[in-house]
Amino acid sequence: MFAFILSRILQALPVMFTVALISFAMFAYVGDPVAIMLGQDYTQAQRDALVAELGLDQPFWVQFATFVVNAAQGEFGLSYRLSRPVAELIAERAPATLELAFTAAGIALLVGVPMGVYTGLYRNSWLSRFFLTFSLVGVSLPTFLIGILLILVFAVWLGWLPSFGRGDTVRIGFWTTGFLTVSGLKALILPAITLGLFQLTLIMRLVRAEMLEVLRTDYIKFARARGLPNRVVHFGHALKNTLVPVITMVGLQLGAIIAFAIVTETVFQWPGMGLLFIQSVGAADIPVMSAYLLLIALVFVTINLIVDLLYYAVDPRLRIGRGKGGH
Amino acid sequence: MSNAAPLLQVRNLRVEFPTRRGTLVALDDVSFEIAPGEVLGVVGESGAGKSMTGAAIIGLLEPPGRIAGGQILLDGRRIDNLRYEEMRRIRGKEIGAIFQDPLTTLNPLYTVGRQLAETMTTHLPIGPAEARRRAIEWLELVGIPAAAQRIDSYPHEFSGGMRQRVVIALALCAEPRLIVADEPTTALDVSIQAQVIALLKRLAREKGTAMMLVTHDMGVIAETADRVAVMYAGRIVEIGPVREVVKHANHPYSAGLMASIPPLDRRVERLAQIDGAMPRLSAIPEGCAYNPRCPQVFEKCRRQRPELMDAATTRAACWLFDTETDRE
Ligand SMILES: Nc1ncnc2c1ncn2[C@@H]1O[C@H](COP(=O)(O)OP(=O)(O)OP(=O)(O)O)[C@@H](O)[C@H]1O
Ligand code: SF4
Ligand SMILES: [Mg+2]
Repeated sequence: MFAFILSRILQALPVMFTVALISFAMFAYVGDPVAIMLGQDYTQAQRDALVAELGLDQPFWVQFATFVVNAAQGEFGLSYRLSRPVAELIAERAPATLELAFTAAGIALLVGVPMGVYTGLYRNSWLSRFFLTFSLVGVSLPTFLIGILLILVFAVWLGWLPSFGRGDTVRIGFWTTGFLTVSGLKALILPAITLGLFQLTLIMRLVRAEMLEVLRTDYIKFARARGLPNRVVHFGHALKNTLVPVITMVGLQLGAIIAFAIVTETVFQWPGMGLLFIQSVGAADIPVMSAYLLLIALVFVTINLIVDLLYYAVDPRLRIGRGKGGH
Repeated sequence: MSNAAPLLQVRNLRVEFPTRRGTLVALDDVSFEIAPGEVLGVVGESGAGKSMTGAAIIGLLEPPGRIAGGQILLDGRRIDNLRYEEMRRIRGKEIGAIFQDPLTTLNPLYTVGRQLAETMTTHLPIGPAEARRRAIEWLELVGIPAAAQRIDSYPHEFSGGMRQRVVIALALCAEPRLIVADEPTTALDVSIQAQVIALLKRLAREKGTAMMLVTHDMGVIAETADRVAVMYAGRIVEIGPVREVVKHANHPYSAGLMASIPPLDRRVERLAQIDGAMPRLSAIPEGCAYNPRCPQVFEKCRRQRPELMDAATTRAACWLFDTETDRE
């Protein structure tokens, strides 16, 4: 088990290194951070001093090596735009994005899986047809449009929910949470639905397809022939056998949710990492951008590891090297 | 044995499949009985309706297939028109089933112990601890070595033959009085088929379980069955005691089928084959369904369909045995 995790971490290292190289290389020559930091009026001496301080006069590989060593310690230097440590900025923004992403993923799972099971079991009911039609809308409408429509209906017309921001937050250690206040929860609803809708419909369609497949198998017929109650057959035997592909997709989609929170955060002015990233792009704030990209890569790698561990938990056939017959 | 009150009665069973191009009749006027503890062998070419009959009895016909006529009675009680939940209580508890392929009949994600225990706790008034104890007992009974250790193994950790033994344990563990076994050894290695059949036969005898045994293996039939039903194109064409049907079949189709069995005691150059193929459900000929292939066909066979009638020691659906028919 430990060896398995270790080997996965070792496999992830080249991935992280490549992402680091790409993000560094892409941004190393984009824009002129010095000009941005110094504003309109500066002397050549001031410019040279800043270039030296930022290490921009060093050769590419030296800059990159410094970048990697620092990054490994969570040290990404100062934001060009805000003149504050990048790590601090990200730590400030991460809770907002993570709370949003996990709420969105939670909604997608808790609603998408039962809807998928239902539409798989009752293929021809009118409710199934309605769900499928609705899922087409979820898949085909772009996120920003869904967000704007939700704002229009629930914030502008009905006035039930706020249209932007995160509401009041409570600080617990370094973490700021919106889960503990009414306004924080209210502010979370629309962006979470916007962000999770696409994944919800994907999960529903995947679970449905897998259920249809599994319900045709001999072991389900045999489970029925053994007289097991429908509840056990459907939610035990059948659903469990759909889990491996579902876990794969949910894992990938959770990464996507975090990465693509950018659009939702922009629409709802959600003070998360995505919004920070967009603002940094506008200002060619390289340290923030590289840190963000690396963080997203780290999120994907971590999720992949968790997905592999879950496979291992769900499907005994994937447990290699296990002794015959238990203990 | 045959004068005991029947455990299972199938009366004029008709199963239909509505399709876009009209209704297919998969089973037509199928009637037979199984007495308590009796083994009824069911044989016939592929597509004759053997599996369909079994599926109808356990109430698990694949939609859109449906029972369109007739009755199925267990202990004199009709079970063909029960609601799903009522029939569910009968499946496993009163009627067990064994399927063909042990590699696909067990849920790969649950241990065999769990699958046994859940079947027993569903049907018997016992708790999890007792169910686990009995699960080990059942594994021992079906000949799994080191059962107490193997109970927590997953299906993929067993060989095909061992898995079919587990399936047999699953079918029997709630002590049903009837087992529908659909080609229980066809998917197994030839070398272990005999062992598995012997096990099934022994357990059925010990527990007094009746069995409907579908198989293509006449050797198995001869050794295991008390009576045999021969099916052709969705009907029973002959039914009778095993020795009579195997040795002195009356219906020309059964006679041809039995002649195609390799004899055990001598080598033959070439086995007799029945010429032609069984008709598709959408093109069953008028009159006797076997008439295009029958060597003894005569005029009436092409016009009128024969019902089962007394034919010496068996009952056969063939005009040859109709005392009122003149063969022109
Ligand atoms: N879904 C379906 N729609 C239409 N016809 C079907 C369907 N399923 C089965 N049949 C037909 O019903 C008939 C009986 O099939 P069944 O499976 O009972 O045959 P069998 O005697 O068990 O054959 P085998 O020895 O190959 O198992 C076959 O002709 C088959 O083509
Ligand atoms: S009824 Fe006629 S065609 Fe049919 S089996 Fe008998 S003899 Fe042959
Ligand atoms: Mg069959």
